[in-house]
Formats: sequence, C-alpha cells, structure tokens
Amino acid sequence: MLSCNIKGVTNGFPLRIEAEKVVEKQVDFNADFLKNMFPKIEWKALVAAAKSMGYTDLPDQAESSMIDSEEFLKKFHHALLQLHLEEGALICPETGRRFPVNKGIPNMLLHEDEV
Amino acid sequence: MCSKTAQIRLVSSHPEVYEPCDDSFALVDALLADRVNLLSHRPTICMEVGCGSGYVITSLALMLGNEAPGIHYLATDINPNAVKVTQETLESHGVHAELLTTDIASGLERRLAGCVDIMVVNPPYVPTPEDEVGGEGITSAWAGGENGRSVIDKILAFADTLLSEKGWLYMVTLTANNPSEICLLMRAKGYDAKIVVQRSTEEESLHVIKFWRALDFQGEGKEMVAAEKTIPSRVMESLLSQFPRLPFWKSSNSTL
Repeated sequence: MLSCNIKGVTNGFPLRIEAEKVVEKQVDFNADFLKNMFPKIEWKALVAAAKSMGYTDLPDQAESSMIDSEEFLKKFHHALLQLHLEEGALICPETGRRFPVNKGIPNMLLHEDEV
Repeated sequence: MCSKTAQIRLVSSHPEVYEPCDDSFALVDALLADRVNLLSHRPTICMEVGCGSGYVITSLALMLGNEAPGIHYLATDINPNAVKVTQETLESHGVHAELLTTDIASGLERRLAGCVDIMVVNPPYVPTPEDEVGGEGITSAWAGGENGRSVIDKILAFADTLLSEKGWLYMVTLTANNPSEICLLMRAKGYDAKIVVQRSTEEESLHVIKFWRALDFQGEGKEMVAAEKTIPSRVMESLLSQFPRLPFWKSSNSTL
C-alpha cells in the first residue's frame, strides 16, 4: 500500500520488494475483511510482491467473482496478511531509492532534499 | 480476564519516546466511552498517527479485538524509536498492528485514500518555536509550532484524504490550539464535530474532539446512533470561547 513520496516522482507505486528475510505469521482467517479489502488492492502489485517473497500460488489475475471461492480467499489471505517482510527493502520504481525494512517496519522517512 | 485497555506495566519505554500521560489516557477514555458505537460501526481499518509508546493503538486493539476480529490496525510515528517501542507494547499485549516509520502518513496517502474508518491522534500540540517541529527524538512528540498547530493542521489534511466515507477521527487538542477554529476548518471540509472528553488541569484544558463526515439531507443516517448529538458549530464556538485562556502547558513529560 506504500508508494514513494520523493518530490517529482510521478510513478512511485508499486514499490519493488527486496526480500532478505520473510516471516510467515499466523493470522486468523476473516472472509469479511478480505472481501472488504479486495477492491482496494492493485492485484498485479500484490502478485509481484508475493512472488518476491517466495509465494507463487496467487493467480495472475483476479476478478471480483473469485472472492466467493474459499480456496481463492485462503491464498489471498496468505499473501496479504500472513507474509511479512521482516528484513529487506522497498524500492522506488522510478528513482531506485531504497526504503529499508527492519524487524518488519518500513522506514519511509525522506531526507530533507527529497521533500 | 482480558483488559480492555493496555496495561502500563506492559507498555514498553525508551528515553526518546513519549510515555503515556494525561492526554493518552483522555484519548483512550474517549474511545472506551464510544466503544459500543465503534463496534457497531464495523470498521475495517483503524489507524493511529503518532503512536509513541503504543499505548493508544494497543488499547484500541484490545477494546475492539475480541468482539470484532478482522479489523486491521495501522500505526505510524516519525520517531523510529517510538515505532519500535510500539511494536514491543503490542507484542506484550498479544495484539498486532502494521507499523510504519514515516511523517504522519507520507507514502500511504495515495493507495490508502478513503480507506481508514477510524483514525486516532494525540498530536504534538504544545506551542513552540517553529524550528522545534518535526525534530529528531522526543521533541517530535510535543513540538507543535505556532499555537501548537503546525503538525495538527498537516494531520487534518491527511485525515481528509485517508478517511473513508464513514470515517471517524478522534484528536486530542489543547485550548491553546484553538479547537473552535479547528472545528470550523473541518466544517468547511464537510465534517461535523463534538468534544467527547475534556480534562482540565491547573495549567491547561485538554479536549478530545471526534470528527465525522457530515451527512447531507440525502444521507442514509445509519451512522448516527441515538445517543450522539451534533453541536452546531455556532454553539460550539460560544461554548469554547467561555474556557479561560490558560497558560501554555510547558512540561509534557510528567509521569503520573
């Protein structure tokens, strides 16, 4: 959901993921939440993000009719909520600027000359 | 026995991170008082800007968590130490939130626009010289620039972008921040407001204000719960003008 905010960057989403350490967490499955989030997700970005974290089971394309399938929801759930980037970086597609991720926390603070 | 709010003994700390104080407790009390409404509001995403020690976001997650699984919590802070402390506080209470070190919500506003259903903020509201605003470390927890409004005004702009149609914002303010002016500014953006908690000390008055998007006459009205009353902004103005102008609260790091 993050995009690059360096001034002048027009195409700062999606950020590429450089995964050094990925953790899979156990999160309770909640179909309502997933159905609520689905329309807000840029699917291609999610697929690319999941792949860079080692998860390739997501279908390349998704339509709203698919959220009725429990099998699909389980994969969506896994990619969206259970895959966590613990160590690595998020990279601006336009400038290559690296936003580090440590202990699961991305640091998006910009330097003075970037604002 | 689950606690409905974070326990102080489990809240993590760090010398450069703001510890829970009167304003934190006032905000959590406001949320607790509104808990039934919050639950029936069925939020999907709840967000805290300026999470500090993590006391507020942890309390929010605890008070809603059991009865409303499937809510996603987000918290940000400009101080990386604060984000780390928040992570520890969340963990020690067995709850989870997505954390981000950033300036208010910078980086999220494009993709998360219109997605946040509940936003809670205990901003840096102390009137200070402008150059103290947004500094490193613990100063960023209270330094609010002229009238203590520098960061508040930025946050309100972000809130307008991030809040969903049914979004609610709870914000802590001082009398010195001119809450009636804040409410007028928000009114112009289409928000109604009411003071939900007020605490007066010898030195200052804290007001926790709740904002929500005003329903026009075509609105469905399903967000309005019977107990809530909207104070017209004119009445609010005269109400707030009756509070004496108290001296600024200088020390914001007092422990209980």
